[in-house]
Amino acid sequence: MSTLLEARAITKVFGGGIMSRRQVVALEDFSLIVDDEEPTITGVVGESGSGKTTMARLLLGLEPVTRGAVLFRGRDLGSLSRTERMEFRRQVQMIFQDPFEVYNSFYKVDHALEVPIAKFHLAGSREEARDRIERALKAVGLQSDETLGRYPHQLSGGQRQRIMVARALLLEPKLIVADEPVSMIDASLRATVLDDLRRLNEQFGISLIYITHDLTTAYQVSHNIVVLYQGSVAEAGDVEMVVGDPQHSYTRLLISSIPLPDPDQRWGGELLEVSRPEVAAGNRGCKFAPRCPHMMPVCLEKPPPLYLSGDHRVAACYLQDQWPTITREDMGSIFIRRPLSSSAAAPKSADQSTTSGLSPTQ
Amino acid sequence: MALLEVSDLRVHYATSRGPVRAVDGVSFALDPGERLGLMGESGSGKSTAALALMRLIRPPGHIDSGRVYLDGKDLMTLSEQRLREARLAQIALISQGAMNSLHPVMRIGDQVHDGVRHHGVRMSRSEWQHRLNGLLARVGLRPEVASAYPHHLSGGMKQRVCIAIAISLEPKVIIADEPTSALDVVVQRTVMETLRRVQEDIDAAVILIGHDMGLMAQFADRVAVMYAGRLLEEGPVRDLFQRPGHPYTQLLVASLPTLSGKAQFRGAPGFPPSLLDLPPGCVFHPRCPHVMDICRRELPPAVPISERHWAACFLLRAPEVRQ
Repeated sequence: MSTLLEARAITKVFGGGIMSRRQVVALEDFSLIVDDEEPTITGVVGESGSGKTTMARLLLGLEPVTRGAVLFRGRDLGSLSRTERMEFRRQVQMIFQDPFEVYNSFYKVDHALEVPIAKFHLAGSREEARDRIERALKAVGLQSDETLGRYPHQLSGGQRQRIMVARALLLEPKLIVADEPVSMIDASLRATVLDDLRRLNEQFGISLIYITHDLTTAYQVSHNIVVLYQGSVAEAGDVEMVVGDPQHSYTRLLISSIPLPDPDQRWGGELLEVSRPEVAAGNRGCKFAPRCPHMMPVCLEKPPPLYLSGDHRVAACYLQDQWPTITREDMGSIFIRRPLSSSAAAPKSADQSTTSGLSPTQ
Repeated sequence: MALLEVSDLRVHYATSRGPVRAVDGVSFALDPGERLGLMGESGSGKSTAALALMRLIRPPGHIDSGRVYLDGKDLMTLSEQRLREARLAQIALISQGAMNSLHPVMRIGDQVHDGVRHHGVRMSRSEWQHRLNGLLARVGLRPEVASAYPHHLSGGMKQRVCIAIAISLEPKVIIADEPTSALDVVVQRTVMETLRRVQEDIDAAVILIGHDMGLMAQFADRVAVMYAGRLLEEGPVRDLFQRPGHPYTQLLVASLPTLSGKAQFRGAPGFPPSLLDLPPGCVFHPRCPHVMDICRRELPPAVPISERHWAACFLLRAPEVRQ
């Protein structure tokens, strides 16, 4: 088996230099595998401060990891050769949140599409380049005569974001990391961009990491989902399982807080959140414990391990301790949908199996 | 009798390319204690309409016409002095990003006091202390918050301070303009529930302005849908979600993602029109899947669908009058 991109227990700590004693752990022991053979969409959901954007920046090599490793086809991002790095830059693309700021307003939008073609020598002639651009625009449902030759301000937010999708598509990448791609787009246009993302996956075989604060859209587009809370994985796995039967109190709180567009399903019901500011100080365990209605003494002692509570899911909650655990390094294996090779099967006996994880492309 | 009656409100912005009709003939009424959702996408004029109700439009914008009766008094013809007295005391605004409008170096308690003092309410220190604690408790904040500065508080707490300011004089109408747009979903829920609780406590009516159909469904009794400066549909929240009359509302409702089963995404085709160059006839006709000849020529009238539910669409008229 082969992995395209793997994060192995990556951690990012900001601050803590000579000038500052205060360290902020933005992301802790995060693991993820993007399969090279079967394109999937992985939703990463979290509120502000959950570390989701840090995760994207680490995966793209825009920021060095403090601990752990990001591997592109089995090779550490830090040790890629020049040509390998070029290949990585082409195979892994990014779509940013703000479709207003990514354009240089002095250039026509054509410029944003021509640069990648020139940089990666994708076309031999102007006609070929033009043809490539038109095909990419068409793939995201845009007419080239309605978009090319215009300045960014002449287009709507939805159009601009779709051009960014087309731009990512131009390079025929294997993976697109999309950070909140629809949060600044109006509802009536949001659906079209989400539909584009789905189509990239289904028709063009591109994997996606869809980063969002919005669990509903993540549910709609993703196969797998990761729920982050304050930099740690609270729960992850198959999206139908996680959303249909959430096992972590935080996931349940998140789902119950969504304003469903149905006047007959209004907020209410059981209390899913408590406030215990007194236990927050000095808490060395589960980060959600101070808000969790099911807090137990053990929750404050040490962080819960990941319990493998199903074939393709994990939950970091002591309430799931009837299940075997899986190490943070190996968590990425739950995202592989194909039958796993023997070494990657679920470790039955707890944390000692640190070495039995997936060894990428060896 | 309605508490607030808005009729034919028009707000224009003067530009070098002619007037931008940001609000173009909006009429609605609000009953005491009622929660009305004013729903629209960006640029639909919903915030402009709300500001116009309080005559807070600044040049180059101006209120071109319209009547806004609050308890029988027309706010549009009140003197500046009278209008200032009515703001906060009778009609209060929680503006978009209100939490960032708190004064950064002024204690929370003093900021709440400001509005009350400017409306000529005089009371002793201990009386005020008592009242302030009561206000904070109403929005779920501890008394200690009064001596804190804004940077000590989380976004949700700041937004609750803004609710406390808005209700400090127990107004009859609260206008909440996207009060939770910058907040996380869990905090959003607590802020919206706080707003609903205090609104019921003081029996104020609320106009909730927003783009999120989910919030409308959770909060509003009645929803009005705005598009390109005009109201396209208005009705009780259940009716509107279950039997949307206007094709635009139908598309909006159909494009909402839910957690109960994956669905095909159906966005509305095309894009909202430029306010400088509105299409003739129905403003939605260039994007409408059911467009007819008459839609391109004439403004559709408000067609009643059921009690208090109407939509501005020719499709809803009997077949013989459509031509």
